[in-house]
Amino acid sequence: MSKLFPKSANSLPFQILIYLGLVVGIATAGVTYYMTPKYTRVGYAPVQPVPFSHAKHVQEVGLDCRYCHSNVDKSAHSNVPTAQTCMNCHSVIKANSPLLAPIRESYEKGTAVPWVWIHHTPDHAYFNHAVHVNRGVSCVECHGKVNEMDVVTHSQPLSMGFCIECHRNPELRLRDPKDVYNLDSKRLADQGAAGLKTAENFVHDWKVKPPQSCSGCHR
Amino acid sequence: MRHVYLATFFVVALVLSVFGLRGTVFTSPPMDVFPEWLFPSMKYQPKFRPQAETTFFADGRADRLPPPHTVRADLALREDDHRYLGKSAAGGFSAGLPEGLSVDRKLIEIGRDRYQIYCAPCHGALGDGNGITKRYGMGATATYHDARLRTMADGEIFNTITNGKNTMLAYADKLVPDERWAVVLYIRALQRAQQATAADVTDAAARKTLGLP
Ligand code: HEC
Ligand code: HEC
Ligand code: HEC
Ligand code: HEC
Ligand code: HEC
Ligand code: HEC
Repeated sequence: MSKLFPKSANSLPFQILIYLGLVVGIATAGVTYYMTPKYTRVGYAPVQPVPFSHAKHVQEVGLDCRYCHSNVDKSAHSNVPTAQTCMNCHSVIKANSPLLAPIRESYEKGTAVPWVWIHHTPDHAYFNHAVHVNRGVSCVECHGKVNEMDVVTHSQPLSMGFCIECHRNPELRLRDPKDVYNLDSKRLADQGAAGLKTAENFVHDWKVKPPQSCSGCHR
Repeated sequence: MRHVYLATFFVVALVLSVFGLRGTVFTSPPMDVFPEWLFPSMKYQPKFRPQAETTFFADGRADRLPPPHTVRADLALREDDHRYLGKSAAGGFSAGLPEGLSVDRKLIEIGRDRYQIYCAPCHGALGDGNGITKRYGMGATATYHDARLRTMADGEIFNTITNGKNTMLAYADKLVPDERWAVVLYIRALQRAQQATAADVTDAAARKTLGLP
């Protein structure tokens, strides 16, 4: 009887095992790389109804974040501004710009400007802006350098791991509360040993205790 | 076996070229890795978040406007005309801060903070009407340093913040009444600062640096 299988077939089970190992490895790498918020969210920059530029309004005109996001230090929700906020200036400056037509329409008719929501936690997670910004967590920690963006882009994953990482060691990420709205400022911890000491004292004296238990964020 | 590895390699290369690298800018809504129809979860709950969209109301907004004649609960009942309207009992604009607020460092700090956010872009840090927007065509922004504004009743400035005036729109949605009074106080401080004379310098060291006796 002739041989059904060549001799090399003896090593085949072994080779298949190695191959399966490789496939599992590649699949795991693929899932961690592609199926986490670092890939799915970071870089999201929807086309907005009005090409509003933060770089122009914050850096060139020098507006403070709170001029428009006026509830960020008062409430859990950071509001996207009303059309009237834009009209404060744009009723005079560039009053006839075609780019601003949706704003004028909204202001006259009272309809909503259909801004696209970019940063969005799922409904089972609770987030609060005021507690963060009033305790020295700057916008830049969670939103990136918005002041340099022409189009707002999702720059941090805002996943649970991202939140917890800071909640474990807040002193490393805090700023002087007066620098919170200055996105180019440095963290206290990056200002040398003295800065880190200030941050540690701040955390201690002001009893900064970010929740790490599930019910802190999933209420 | 070599073909299998080659095919695998091509699949990996294909995935990489289709999905790209992390951090690439894209405009379509983010992919939902655990879509709701496959893995029902609590991600989308039948509730509305602030400023959310809805199809229930004709205007598409989940936030409703307050019905006419309602008052925010945290702003008291606005019985005090002086505090909430800047009007005096006699009918004209009131002078001085309303009862319940006193001129102190804390209030003036609040006023400075709010002024620098909401007013300085047009009126300038000094209140001289030379804010940055002037450069872009925001004409005729009032300066606080002419006689009319210096002698204007406090209540009238309060009223301008609340209701706006001519080309200046209202700031009532951004500043609660007490913050408006704090801003009025800060404007008074700016006006006073422009009227300062050598006699106002009382600190001995400062007098020395200025060469005053
Ligand atoms: C002149 C008004 C204005 C100022 C000043 C301003 N913003 Fe905005 N911001 C907007 C508007 C309008 C939108 C919605 C449109 C968009 O996303 O571009 C927005 C959107 C955003 C978003 C995305 C919101 C979402 O949908 O998730 C972030 C984050 C943000 N702003 C942060 C900042 C920060 C940080 C500053 C201060 C450095 C700032 N903004 C200053 C008007 C302003
Ligand atoms: C403090 C005043 C101020 C406010 C408030 C403001 N802007 Fe502007 N905006 C400006 C200035 C100044 C320019 C630059 C004009 C120029 O380049 O000549 C500008 C330019 C623009 C442009 C470009 C217009 C064009 O035709 O090139 C757009 C779009 C715009 N703003 C949108 C908005 C929106 C949307 C809001 C409300 C969230 C807003 N702005 C609020 C001052 C303001
Ligand atoms: C600790 C992280 C963190 C900080 C600091 C932070 N944000 Fe946010 N921001 C978020 C998250 C998370 C969301 C999504 C909230 C949601 O889904 O309701 C968000 C949403 C927003 C939105 C869109 C809100 C909406 O629902 O449309 C705006 C505007 C915004 N942030 C502005 C700011 C500004 C301005 C600052 C700084 C003064 C700031 N944020 C600081 C995490 C942060
Ligand atoms: C850069 C640091 C940092 C990041 C990132 C951060 N936090 Fe926090 N968070 C803090 C600090 C600091 C406090 C404590 C405030 C205090 O003790 O007053 C806090 C407090 C909280 C609280 C308690 C609020 C309350 O009402 O008691 C919640 C809830 C919370 N964070 C949720 C989140 C969520 C959700 C995220 C992710 C989207 C997040 N945080 C990301 C620093 C951070
Ligand atoms: C600092 C706030 C915070 C704390 C503390 C926290 N979570 Fe979360 N959690 C979040 C946020 C924010 C998300 C949403 C992440 C996202 O959308 O990527 C989340 C998502 C989740 C999810 C995923 C749900 C889904 O549908 O994908 C689970 C499960 C979860 N958390 C369980 C827990 C448990 C268990 C604990 C306690 C050990 C806990 N969380 C503590 C903020 C927190
Ligand atoms: C977008 C630019 C802008 C901003 C921001 C602004 N103003 Fe004005 N303001 C004006 C202009 C323009 C006038 C001149 C109005 C007119 O034609 O009489 C004015 C006039 C005034 C006057 C004089 C009114 C009179 O009776 O002549 C006062 C007082 C005043 N503003 C206070 C404020 C305060 C307080 C703030 C901050 C809460 C503020 N303004 C923010 C543009 C602005």
